[in-house]
Order: sequence, then structure tokens, then C-alpha cells
Amino acid sequence: MLLSRNFVSDYIDLPKDLTIEQIAEDMTSVGNEYDDAGKLINCTKLVVGQILEAYDHPDSDHLHVCKVDVGNEVLNIVCGAPNVKEGLKVVVALPGAKLPGGEIKKGMIRGIESNGMLCAKSELGLDNKFLEEKDKTGIHELDDDAKIGTDAIKALGLDDEVIDFELTSNRGDLLSVLGMAYELGAIYKKNVKDIDLEYKTVKENVKDEFSIDIKTDDCTLFLAKKVKNVTIKESPDFIKERLIASGIRPINNVVDISNYVMLETGQPLHYYDANSLGEKLIVRNANDGEKLTTLDGIQRTLSKDDIVIADPNKAIGLAGVMGGLSTEVEETTKDIIIESAIFDKVKIRKTSKKILRSEASNRFEKGLDPKRTYMAMERSCALLQKYANAQVLDGLVEYNKITMEDKEINLRFSKVESVLGIKIDRDKIIDILKSLGFKVEDKKDYLTVVVPTRRLDISIEEDLIEEVGRMYGMDNIEGKLPLLKVINTHFDKTKREIKNKLIDLGLNETLSYSLIPNSEVHKFTNEEFTEITLNDPMSEDRNTLRYSLLYSLKEIYSYNKSRNNSDISIFEVGKGFYKENDEYKEDLKLAVLMTGDYYLDVNKTKVDFYIIKGVLEELLDFLGYKDRYSLVVDDIPKEFHPGQSASIIMQGKKIGVIGKMHPSVIKDNVYAFEINLEKLLVNRASKMVFKEIPKYPSVRKDVAFIVDKDVTVKEVMDVIKKSAGRLLSKQELFDVYTGENVKDNEKSLAFALYFSDESKTLTEEEVMECFNKIIKNVEEKLDAKVRDN
Amino acid sequence: MDIQKETSKIKSMIEEDKKSVKTIQELNELKVKYMGKKGIISELNSKIKDVPNEEKKTFGMKVNEVRTLFNDFYDAKKEEIENKVLNEKLEKERIDITMPSKKIKRGSKHPMTRIEEKFEDLFLSMGYTIYDGPEIESDENCFQKLNLPKGHAARDAQDTFYLKDEFENYLLRSQTSTAQVRAMEENKDKGPLRIVCPGKVYRRDEDATHSHQFMQIEGLVIDENVSMADLKGTLELFCKAILGEKTKVRFRPSYFPFTEPSVEVDVTCFKCGGKGCALCKQTGWIEVLGAGMVHPNVLEMSGYDSKKYQGFAFGTGIDRFAMFKYGITDIRTIYGNDIRFLTQFDRKDDE
Repeated sequence: MLLSRNFVSDYIDLPKDLTIEQIAEDMTSVGNEYDDAGKLINCTKLVVGQILEAYDHPDSDHLHVCKVDVGNEVLNIVCGAPNVKEGLKVVVALPGAKLPGGEIKKGMIRGIESNGMLCAKSELGLDNKFLEEKDKTGIHELDDDAKIGTDAIKALGLDDEVIDFELTSNRGDLLSVLGMAYELGAIYKKNVKDIDLEYKTVKENVKDEFSIDIKTDDCTLFLAKKVKNVTIKESPDFIKERLIASGIRPINNVVDISNYVMLETGQPLHYYDANSLGEKLIVRNANDGEKLTTLDGIQRTLSKDDIVIADPNKAIGLAGVMGGLSTEVEETTKDIIIESAIFDKVKIRKTSKKILRSEASNRFEKGLDPKRTYMAMERSCALLQKYANAQVLDGLVEYNKITMEDKEINLRFSKVESVLGIKIDRDKIIDILKSLGFKVEDKKDYLTVVVPTRRLDISIEEDLIEEVGRMYGMDNIEGKLPLLKVINTHFDKTKREIKNKLIDLGLNETLSYSLIPNSEVHKFTNEEFTEITLNDPMSEDRNTLRYSLLYSLKEIYSYNKSRNNSDISIFEVGKGFYKENDEYKEDLKLAVLMTGDYYLDVNKTKVDFYIIKGVLEELLDFLGYKDRYSLVVDDIPKEFHPGQSASIIMQGKKIGVIGKMHPSVIKDNVYAFEINLEKLLVNRASKMVFKEIPKYPSVRKDVAFIVDKDVTVKEVMDVIKKSAGRLLSKQELFDVYTGENVKDNEKSLAFALYFSDESKTLTEEEVMECFNKIIKNVEEKLDAKVRDN
Repeated sequence: MDIQKETSKIKSMIEEDKKSVKTIQELNELKVKYMGKKGIISELNSKIKDVPNEEKKTFGMKVNEVRTLFNDFYDAKKEEIENKVLNEKLEKERIDITMPSKKIKRGSKHPMTRIEEKFEDLFLSMGYTIYDGPEIESDENCFQKLNLPKGHAARDAQDTFYLKDEFENYLLRSQTSTAQVRAMEENKDKGPLRIVCPGKVYRRDEDATHSHQFMQIEGLVIDENVSMADLKGTLELFCKAILGEKTKVRFRPSYFPFTEPSVEVDVTCFKCGGKGCALCKQTGWIEVLGAGMVHPNVLEMSGYDSKKYQGFAFGTGIDRFAMFKYGITDIRTIYGNDIRFLTQFDRKDDE
């Protein structure tokens, strides 16, 4: 909302010494933010001049040399505009003048001295929509009565200041000069002046010539009046100037008056050419599929959510949003039907979102004051009579289903104090409410406040407390800390612990988008699920909620790879989404991706399956799940390498997948795992209990077995463990060997076995007995041989 | 036998031998020569049996004298030689300490998580519970029960992602304020409540300062007597803890459908400290939070008695704080996950 200082000053006397910036700041402090505040034309040193003499520049085919009278002197100015001529009153930028295009300096132009610039209107920083073709091609020609040497901005009628407000959506009342006047009046303790609604009527009555039929609940108030014999011409200067300062392009006096009244009162109006409209106007909901050509010449297809203005045969306008082409006011229009109405704000919002957001629809959407609907009609007639010679018909066509009553709300002093947390004097509270134009009755413990209908945003006691608070100054509230009961807050730190553990292991946390392409959602998993997609995505790349986080990590890998970052160890904790039995589900998941060099202890090592397996085991053991999970080569998603991947099984249930990414997905050696944390964390961590430190030394025995290539280490270790019984305290694989002395289909596995007893030092015989038993069992059960060289 | 003479002779022999000893080996040879079974001192000592009884004492003393002389010499010399050998060895082991170190490389925590945890810790310390709500929400919880019925003009500020085939009944939450509704509904006894809810939110918006996915944190306190002043005190504490002790907080009236009164909260610009700079558009203030007293309709819709209870609520973007705190100017950097970005956050925060 652009507020013109000149415009609002018609209704309130603002202190003259108040800068526009200060007004904007004062409004902000009561809750009305602004984007910008300043002069409408941000130029200096522009004066009215008259061209005394103009001749062609001797050294140019288009430049002119002018002698220009600027009052106190005559300047020599070189100008390229085609319309320079002797006697013309022009806008002169004196040396040192600041224009949006830069500063004007004295200088020589092709050998001739030039001490200023003759300006085109387009050079003053005015928005393009206010410029005509001639404003861009030639210098501006001022009226003959402009006084030489005076301020040219004044002569142009552009001597105004403007605040561009960014209003909150509840303050529809401020989308009017009058509303602004009340708000400023409350700040500066000034009264709002009366608006001129005086006009004479002719004998004929509109009701004899015209009627309405309201066929929808979406219209609660509809007023119509008729004026005859208007003279369509240019608007008077003050109307044009105020429209321009408010951001609206002047067209002709009739159209301008409808906009002018809207700006004043906040009530959008519609003027119909009475002769093309006919005698009856209907307001109804559109039929699904109904067609209408709007003012802009575009044919629209409507639905029953749109409200239309219609004649008995067809729709002629979209209520509150845009008029129709057939009944538009034109240069030849003589008689006008004026519409001032209130339509359902939600419906208007829907329609305007679809078709066009306009000054009018914006006001309808925020809600309107019915009293202003009447006022705008009166004001319209008054101005049309004054500035378009309109004859106003007697009577008013009226449909009214809306309450016109002011609201009465009780405000307790105790409630003001308990909500704001400070004590404000009762006189101060009364004073604030009165300054806002509310009627106040003091009932000792409370006030009865009568709120005018223009304040649609106020309906309950808390709303009044906000009014008191914001005018008193929300920032004047002294902060204190709430006195609340001490409570025991529980906070599950597991998510943090998981992150911290992985960071300790050298991984970097990522944060990526939940939305991914639909084509990727079923990848990296064999699980069956219904994915969740968006109704209106921003792009095909983000139309589906991810189920697995691995797609995101793969994308991060690719992003980094293309930037030559090849050592990547990353993880993310986030949600995977799916639909199950008509319910939306979100499972917290952890995904890890590793490739390139990894810092293992102090050495760089290329990431392989065993490193990522180590990360997984470190994490699961840390979380208290040691010895309760296993990797099983089964059910591997096709995006993983079939020979280097496994399912992660916990207490018999699959909780995730680990392995190398399939070369069809990524050519590099990239390893990843994903765990469903919901499935993991339902398992309680094992108890952490101190185990007595062994008092007696352990004995180490090494052995290497030659086994078939397909025998897994786990199989051998299981047999060793089973055979040894309680004396084996630890076993470690320390070498895997293939090559010389080992057949092609075999491999050698070397183990270090540690034997000990909690109650005594073991004898060599005891150890050997156990050791030999292990060897015998492994040889028998796995068809192994002890390697002796 | 003149013991005096004998020992003097040995003494001068030792003095003579001392001069030439260089190595441990030579020293040990001397030890054999004097102290060995057949050594000079041992030999002398064995003659004690031939000494008359009354002289035995003097004899013994004298022998001990030379023995001590030798032993002292031996110990001193041994230490001297060993030190010398050790120092030579250490000198040979000298390394270039400017060579690169061998690190155990730690990973890094995402800047957004760092800020999120900081917020959580602060509110935990004030007795708040961390509330984790779902990211898929109903329109009812996300808007309607926050006093934003369908078609409300304030919905324009949040262009929402609705789910397919749901006729705008389900959506990706566009604000963590929805956690207010959930927390109140789930609180069966409809009594006091103190929660913060951090999490992801989604809006149809994307540029240098807006991401379609971002993070917010919402706070809610309900009790019989909480006020705007309590809200201000709480937010002052919060802003000081996060942005520094010198931070000042300013309340500006504003409008949110779910709070009444509503305020926007500005803090003194972190860059210029309030003097005015490009970041704060010369105002000295930066808007960081929205807040207010919970609207009675919102309390009532979730089953609270608005005559008995009042509450305050506040919400802010975690992204904004992360960007301010670490000087990140483009939000896309945060979600870009360039490893060179991530690994910068591998240390403890400055406070």
C-alpha cells in the first residue's frame, strides 16, 4: 500500500516538521511495517526554465543549442530532444542536480558549453506505467503558466512524499487513506476530518430504471446507483497527482474517480456503462465451465466457486476481480451504474489467485467495512457530479444482509495486566482506546469499548489488549523470566550420540532434501511400500518424499565428484516416508556413504567393504548391541554389488543393508549402508556392567588353516569358538593368504587364539589339550588342513 | 707389610688408570683389575689373615679406603660414559619436527545441527521438553487449529506443498507452529506445558535466501499466569545466549493468526552491533523471531480452558541463525553438502 502524504493530509493535519521517514518509523512501532519511505520524485535542483533561443549545433545532426532562462540567469544548454523550440517552458536540471541517472555537471558537448540539462519526464525516476511515448522521446513541455525559476517538481504536480507499507493481512482497514488517517491520528493525537459527501439528485429514481437480483450467499451487501450525462475528460490535477503517488495510472475523470474513492475509503467500486448493461443485474455463482471474456480481452473458464455479475442471459463480470469487456466505461459512455458491494473474501481470494491480483481484489480479500460501502457510493456520486458533471438519480438500489452494528467488547484492567505482564494506568488505557476512535465507558473494573465497524480485526478482549499494547509500545514491556514449576525434562540423546560417534569415526554430517524424483524412490531397497507424492511439486526432481536416504547421499557423492572431491565419508540422519493402510508414516533412518581415502588410525587407506563394515560395527557396538546383529548375504537390492553386500539382521529382523554400490549405479568404489533407526532402537541396549580384570595371564597360540575358498571366516571362527569352550578368551584373524603353496581353490586363514582361566594360570598341557581339540574339529568339520609351512 | 705404602701405591695406580678410560668396556676391565677375585684390591684384602690382630682394624680401613676410591670413580665414570653414549644416540635420533603430523581425522557436524543442538540445550536447561512432531501434517493441525481456516488471507505467506490425492487435507508442514497443536492435544490433563519443537519445514519457495526445505524451532509455554513480559524475558535470555551478551531485543507489534497480541522480534544487528550496516539495511536491527500470546481460539480448539490458561509461543528459522552465526550468505550452500563446506565445521564453536 502506497500512502501519499498529500493525500492523507486531506484528512489529517500531520505536523509539518515531521519527516516522512519519521512517520514511517512511528507507524512501524505500532505494527505497520514499511518497505520504503521518501520523496515521490527523488531529484534535486530542478527548476522551471524557458527556452529563449534554440539553434542547431554546428557540429551535430541532432543536437540543439539552447539559451534557457532559469530566473536568476540564462544558461547555455545543449540538448538532443527533437521538440525543443523557442518559448517552451521546460524542466531544467541545474549543474549539481541529482537525478536517478546520475549528477548533472557543467561540460563541453562537441565544443559547445552546456550548463545543465533539459529533462524528459522519463528521466525523473517515475514508474514506466505513468509515462507516455512522448515522455520517453522528448523533453517535457510544461504548462505556459509555470513560473520561471520555481521548483519544477511542484510545477509537475509531483511534489509529494510516499510510504510503501507492507501491511499485515488483518489490517484491511489500512488499505485506505481514511484508515491510515485514523491510525496516524491515534499516534499523533489528531482528529480525522470529515469527507465531503454532498451532491444534488435529479427527480428520476434509479429504482424505476434498474433492479438487482442477488442469487448467492457470497454477496452480503450490494448497492447500486445511477448517474446520467457524464462528461468524460481528463481528471483535475489533484486527482491525477494523488493517483500517481498511490501507484495508479490516471485514465479519465470517471475511471479515476472510481479509483480515487477506492483509495480514500478502501471500498472498490465498479462502474458499468448503463446503456450496455440493461435494466437488471444479477449476482450469482458461476456455472462450472461457464465462459467469460474479461476486460483484458482474455476468455476465462469459470467454476461454481467464482462469483459473477450477470445479466439475465450471461455473465458480464467477475465480481470483485475484473469487469467484463461488454459493459466497460468508454470515452462515449454517458450514463453509469455504480456498484458498491461486499463479496465473500475467501471466494474472491480463490478467484483472484487464479486470474489476477488487483488493488480491488486485495481489498475484498481482506474484508470490508459495510459503512464504507455506503460512504464510497456517496463519495462517488459527489465527485462524479463535481468533476464529470454527472446528474445523480434519486434513490438507492440496495441489498443488505450484513450487520452494521458497532461491536461492544468488555476489557478488564486485570486482564490487560495479566496478558501484557505490566501495569498500565487506567487513564492511559482509556486514552489509547479513545485515540483510536473507539467509544469507551468506564465500568470501574472494566471498560466497555465500542469498536467501529471499520476495525474488522477486533472482536475479542485480547484484540483490545493488543491495541493497548501496540499504542503503549510493545517494546516498553520490561522483560522478566516466568516463574514456573521445576520439572524433570526427559531428552533422548540417542540421535545425537549416533551422530557424535560417526563424527568420531571421521564421517561428515550432511543435510539434504526430503523431496526427490519419483523415479528414484524405490531404489536401494527391496522393501515394498507406497510412496508419497506431491499434488503440485515445484519440479519433477522434487515431487516425491524419499523412502531411503541413499539416493540423496549418492547425489551428494556425484556433486562432490564433479568438483574433484574424491575422498568422501558422509552420513545423514533423516526421515524416510511412506504410506501404509491409509496412514502416513515417517521412519527415522541413518545412511552412510564412503569412498576414496579414509583415515584409519594414522594411515590413509582406500575405503573397502571391511572399512564400512567396521564403521557399522563400531556404531552398533557403541549403541550396546554387540554380538546381537549379523550380516547375511540375502535380499540384496539391485543397486548393490551382489558379491560385496549384505542385509543387516538384528534379533532375527532385517534393519538395513550394507555393501558396495553396483557399478551400474556408480562406477567408482563407493560403499554405503542404511539402517532403519526405528527398527534398531526398539531393541534395548545391553547392560553396561563391569567385568573383573583377569588376574591370571593368557596364553597365545597361533594356527593357520587351509580351507576351501568358499568357507567363510565366520564359519571357521564359529567352529573354533564351539570347540574351545570357556578357556578361549579371544580369537583374532591375522592373515589371509592365497598364492604359493596354497592351491587355487583354497586359502589360508591364520588365527591367534588366546587361552585363559579366571581362577588359575593354565598349564601348557591344559592349553594344548584345548588347542588340539580345536584343530581336530576345524579339520573334520570344514575339511581343513593345518598349514605347517 | 706396610699397609700405608701398599694402599698409596694402589691409589696412584688408580689415578694413573683413570686417565685412559674411555669406554664401558675399558672401565669394566679396570674393575676386574682392581675388584675382580684376583684383582689388586681383593688380593690385598686377602692378606688380612696374615696381619696381627691389633693391626687388622687399620688394615681393613685402609683397604676400604681404596675400595671406596675405586667404586666412586667407577660409578661416576660409568654415569659419565653412559650419558655421553646416550646423548650421542639421541643426537642421532634428531627429527624434523616441521614435517606433517599423523592425524586421527575427526569428522564434522552439519552447521544446522550445531545450531539446533545449541537451541535444544538452552531450552532444556530452562526446563523445556523437546517435542518432535511429524513432517507430514494435516491441514487441520497446520492451519485450521492455529486459527487459519481455509481461505484465510494469512495463508498466502506460506505457499504449501499439499500431498497428492488428498484434496488439500494433508501437507508437508509449512511451520513448526503445528507442534503447538499436537503438544496441546496430546497433553491429556490440559495443564501447564513447556516445549520446543525443532524440525524441517517445507514451502514452495526457492532463491538465495529461501530454500523449499528449511528448519524452524517453535516454543510454547502454557501456564496460568504467563505474560508478554515473560515472553520478552525468555527471548532476551535466548538471544543473548545464542548471539552474545550484548544483544538487545526489540518487540514490534505484528500479526499472526495464532497469537494475540503478536510481535515480531528484532535483535541488534550481529554484524555492526546496532550502528547500521548493509546487512541490517542501516537500521541496526534484524528481525529474527515471530512471537505472541497464544490466541484463546487456539487454546480452546485444542481443549484448553482459555479462561484459566494463558500461553506464549515463539518461532524462528534455524537456517537464519546458522547463516548469521557462520557468515553464510547463500542458503543453497547449506543444502549443497560440498565436502569442502562440511569439513569446515570440524571444531568446537567459538562462544
